[in-house]
Amino acid sequence: MKKLLFALASTVAVLGFTAAASAQDKAKICFMYVGSHTDGGYSQAHDLGRLDLEKALGDKIETQFLENVPEGPDAERALERLARSGCNLIFSTSFGFMDATVKIAEKFPDVKFEHATGYKSGPNLANYNSRFYEGRYIQGQIAAKVSKTGVAGYIASFPIPEVVMGINAFVVGARSVNPDFKIKVVWANTWFDPGKEADAAKALIDQGVDILTQHTDTTAPMQVAAERGAKAFGQASDMIKAGPETQLTAIVDTWGTYYIKRTQLLLDGKWETASSWDGLKDGILKMAPYTNMPDDVKKMAEETEAKIKSGELKPFTGPLKKQDGSEWLAAGVSSDDGTLLGMNFYVEGVDDKLPQ
Amino acid sequence: MGIVEAILLTVITAATPLVIAALGELVTERSGVLNLGVEGMMIIGAVCAFVATQQTGSPYIGIIAGTVSGALFSLLFGFLTLTLVANQVATGLALTILGLGVSGMIGEPYSGQSGAKLPQIVFPFLSDIPYLGPLLFKQDLIFYLSIVLIFAVNWFLFKTRTGLMLRSVGDSHSSAHALGINVIRTRYLAVLFGGACAGLAGAQFSLVYTPQWTENMSAGRGWIALALVVFASWRPWRVVIGGYLFGAVSISQLHAQAFGIGIPSQFLSALPYLATVAVLIVISHNRRTTLINTPASLGKSFVPDR
Repeated sequence: MKKLLFALASTVAVLGFTAAASAQDKAKICFMYVGSHTDGGYSQAHDLGRLDLEKALGDKIETQFLENVPEGPDAERALERLARSGCNLIFSTSFGFMDATVKIAEKFPDVKFEHATGYKSGPNLANYNSRFYEGRYIQGQIAAKVSKTGVAGYIASFPIPEVVMGINAFVVGARSVNPDFKIKVVWANTWFDPGKEADAAKALIDQGVDILTQHTDTTAPMQVAAERGAKAFGQASDMIKAGPETQLTAIVDTWGTYYIKRTQLLLDGKWETASSWDGLKDGILKMAPYTNMPDDVKKMAEETEAKIKSGELKPFTGPLKKQDGSEWLAAGVSSDDGTLLGMNFYVEGVDDKLPQ
Repeated sequence: MGIVEAILLTVITAATPLVIAALGELVTERSGVLNLGVEGMMIIGAVCAFVATQQTGSPYIGIIAGTVSGALFSLLFGFLTLTLVANQVATGLALTILGLGVSGMIGEPYSGQSGAKLPQIVFPFLSDIPYLGPLLFKQDLIFYLSIVLIFAVNWFLFKTRTGLMLRSVGDSHSSAHALGINVIRTRYLAVLFGGACAGLAGAQFSLVYTPQWTENMSAGRGWIALALVVFASWRPWRVVIGGYLFGAVSISQLHAQAFGIGIPSQFLSALPYLATVAVLIVISHNRRTTLINTPASLGKSFVPDR
């Protein structure tokens, strides 16, 4: 089904390209999304970044996007089509597009590529990511202050390092406030299924959790939390509309600054391959307003945010133990990025067995 | 409220749309028409129910809008396959794709909004029965409708003359035609009924299950309803058992994870499918009765001869 939609989308895109081929003097910046540009979460956040880019540099560039591109062989074909159609810079925005992007980048040395949330690069392929875990750490601290039961629920998608890192950051943050804090993890094994996410939220609340956080894409868990009188954190986009009295804060992906920066380099002829992993201080993610919490908690959250921005505080800093009790980081030692990007273990305090 | 009750309540919410959509498809298939567009009709029902509720403020108008839109959408399928004699499998698939696309378009201005939840209708006294009361008599209208539907479909198919005619059309459309039964009209009505049920199931989705609109929010449940009909060998009660079993295992596995029992979550996620298929195969193991219940003309087009 997705394939057919994609076939339709790419046909439309090809038509679009032929129409735009005459305006070659402008640089063409292209985007490829795994979901729909209105998904209310991850892909929409990238599309908002594209719109920011248009707003900032609209007189010098034009943009184009392909949406609902499945990860796998289709991604390769879609990228090739973008490359052939005269795109100068292509942002390929899903982890699963990584190998396809590497392959097509080798085939089109004159086109620049950028891949989000992966780890491979090349002479004309840069990668970029966002330190979402910094936001999760703050959320953990808030949860530990606000929770009455001392247990938070975490609705997770797939056991990949990105998600495991988020869970760990949340727990480390929570335990920095309340060393006995616990979390329960439910793996939905999907990025997107409102029904299942809602069921997971209900299950967690029925088991005594009073704070929910999620690494899936829809607002369904927020809604359940609102209905049951629990509190929750939004994901990827500000979800305050789904829970005006429920959302404590949200991690909001703001890719726009990065897109503008990289495009400007391209226009200046200074684009070079790079691996960038920016965080709160660079403005690539923002915290939604701290709401529905007492003032002292809000103050603590703002202070932590400021400390992370100034570099004074690094979330993964020892003493930290792994789930099995063995030492991970000695006191004062911060984790290196390589360990974080390949994270496949839990820290102490997670009430779950990591699916391998 | 104890944990068992809490689990059962969640199970009922999860199983209701499956049971409703599957019963509708069962009637359609019993008339010999295979409509693979359940997912598409369901999502159209979901979006129309949500939009109507947001516009009028009444979720009951939403239920009507969902049901009617599902039926109207199935009419397109009926026209293509019954009047124009197009291939049913291809048309059904097209209906699903069309439904997903059109619903995304209709719903775009509404995505991200939270809607009004369908209110509960509480039966006095009955809802005070310990355990069963809150589960069965403190529910929303769509749940009550699903219970009525279970008995109505059973009664209609196996106890009425019209039901017998519908089944005969599904078993041998030529013989039914020779007996003077209007095959095309019967099938049109069956398709419409299936569409209305799928639309109602969709309305349950956007009004009860997760009161919001998100593109593609049915997330494949239409396909599960379709599979239930086949694995239940076209028997209504088995569809109900299958639907509730699927819901029960899906919810229990989430609770099991939250308890932290340490079974790989990938296996737990697959469990509802495995368990439902296994149980339905066991209760349908008798090949002879399965053959009797299989509509022999399923998926075959009918062109009345002069």
